[in-house]
Amino acid sequence: MTAEQRARSLGVHLVLIAYSLLAVGPILLVVMNSFKTRSAIFGSPLAPPDATTFSLVGYEKVFRSSHILTYYSNSLIVTLVSMALVLLFGAMAAWALTEYRFRGSTALALFLSIGIMVPIRLGSVAILNMMRSAGLNDTLTALILVYVAQGLPMSIFILSEFIQQIPKDLRDAARCDGVPETRIFFEVVAPLLRPAIATVAVFTIVPIWNDLWFPLILTSSDSTHTVTLGVQQFLGQYITDWNSVLAALSMAILPVVVIYVILSRQLIAGLTSGAVK
Amino acid sequence: MANLRIEHLNKRYGATTVLNDVNLKIEDGEFVVLVGPSGCGKSTLLRMIAGLDGASGGDIHIAGKPVNTLAPAERGIAMVFQSYALYPHMNVRKNMTFGLKFTGVPPAERERRVAEAARMLRLEELLERYPRDLSGGQRQRVAIGRAIVREPAVFLFDEPLSNLDAALRVSTRVEIANLHRLLKSTIVYVTHDQVEAMTLADRIVVMNKGCIEQVGRPLDLYYAPANLFVAGFIGSPAMNFFEAKVGSVEGGCARVAGPGFRSFDLPTASLRVGDTLTVGVRPEHLGRGEDGPFAVEGVVELVERLGESSFAYVRRADDRLFVAEVRGRQTPMPGERATFFAAARDVHVFDAASLRVSTQNDA
Repeated sequence: MTAEQRARSLGVHLVLIAYSLLAVGPILLVVMNSFKTRSAIFGSPLAPPDATTFSLVGYEKVFRSSHILTYYSNSLIVTLVSMALVLLFGAMAAWALTEYRFRGSTALALFLSIGIMVPIRLGSVAILNMMRSAGLNDTLTALILVYVAQGLPMSIFILSEFIQQIPKDLRDAARCDGVPETRIFFEVVAPLLRPAIATVAVFTIVPIWNDLWFPLILTSSDSTHTVTLGVQQFLGQYITDWNSVLAALSMAILPVVVIYVILSRQLIAGLTSGAVK
Repeated sequence: MANLRIEHLNKRYGATTVLNDVNLKIEDGEFVVLVGPSGCGKSTLLRMIAGLDGASGGDIHIAGKPVNTLAPAERGIAMVFQSYALYPHMNVRKNMTFGLKFTGVPPAERERRVAEAARMLRLEELLERYPRDLSGGQRQRVAIGRAIVREPAVFLFDEPLSNLDAALRVSTRVEIANLHRLLKSTIVYVTHDQVEAMTLADRIVVMNKGCIEQVGRPLDLYYAPANLFVAGFIGSPAMNFFEAKVGSVEGGCARVAGPGFRSFDLPTASLRVGDTLTVGVRPEHLGRGEDGPFAVEGVVELVERLGESSFAYVRRADDRLFVAEVRGRQTPMPGERATFFAAARDVHVFDAASLRVSTQNDA
């Protein structure tokens, strides 16, 4: 490696390290401060908890004073069910749109791509009206339906690209073998889509888990609140209970991190596949 | 086992015609090779027999039964693809049994067939392995095994050897020939490699631009090509062509003359004075030995030595090149002037419509 190359690589790494700090910093700050006493949070917000400042008061309060476990399970149900539906319908629609030529298939693909371009929040009022008249307001079903609609266009778009990379001979071979079309999809195509599905799963989960908007307008009772909405109750107009806020947020981060770690190997394969051949 | 009948088959994509009125009859147990340059429609024809592509017109019958509206699996065919098309996430055994599950073959019977195919193709050791752990030749054998276990009426091979290296191609070719001898099944085999076609086929179908140019036994195609295309396509290096005209016709004999070669008499009654002809002679039939009715002279420009023989590229007086195969150790030197002769039966004559002119030499 020449000096010039070394300097370049050093420069690149400096930029990447700086970016990583920028991205991880706030999360670290939240987690760190969630284990501190209130005075320590304000006294030295950048210091890690030590023997004198360590406290679990935030977590205690969260568990005592709120329905955190309900929020948690609501978030999990909404996120996981939405993800499963987005992946299932997304993959099936992507398969249909790439594999079969039928009347209106191009129009349908175009219609779905509009969903990528137009933010679903623009339709908030209409969605609220629709859910109300369907008797679905203040239910998890309402949230799931909205999130599936939100996640589908992008997942169809990404999965179509991946399906096109699966050799056509493979489907032809399965057809010659007498494998029914549904089984071709589920037993030949879907297993080969695993990296793509992991990618789409992560892209689908994160915005759903973090979403505040739709729980805010579509749910009203404690029993249907999600974690992000539940945290809001500690943020007051006059007093904010920072211990509880930080503790609840730290707990909210955890599941996404776990899912990401589980899917990350597949994810990397999905992002780089086709790049090297 | 079954015969195959194709009648007036057409295939169009929009305005482009891929197959134009193809008619073909394949007998039970016959090994037929479809050969032609890329884009001639041979793979399309195979895919239409398989049912993977629909026909724009015409009929396909397998075992006397029209199959136009049947799905691939219902036609009693099995196809081997150029890319092998093995299911990457299944081991060899599952690759072979996967399709059988859906066609109502009981588990015990599946196992018997896999064992039988594995024995035939020497795959016993590999049954638990995944395609990614196999070499190209092994993968191709698995693909063939997957076709065998279906016990199809007709085997379809789509350029199965194209992805293999030269040595493996020869050995796999022999294996396919052995397999045909063993199974006695009807096989339709697509290739662009004429050596494969010549060595494997009972009959060869030469295709060009969506039409069948000639159907015949390998040696018939070689010794009596029906037209210029087949003459130029079969044989390597390709046949030499010389432009010619009929000089005179006398007593059932036409005098054929042209630039660069010695005029000769052709015993045929079908030609008139002034007809434009093409004379074709294969490089391997041009010798330096005894005098023949056909003689061509030129200056050797380049010699390719292959060992048992050499190819001499010779420039004629009218500045065109032709190739002659010279056997033995006595290779001509570049710059040398040489005359090559051919026997009467090795001289092919084609008329202005590119069709073979039949002569009494053919008899």
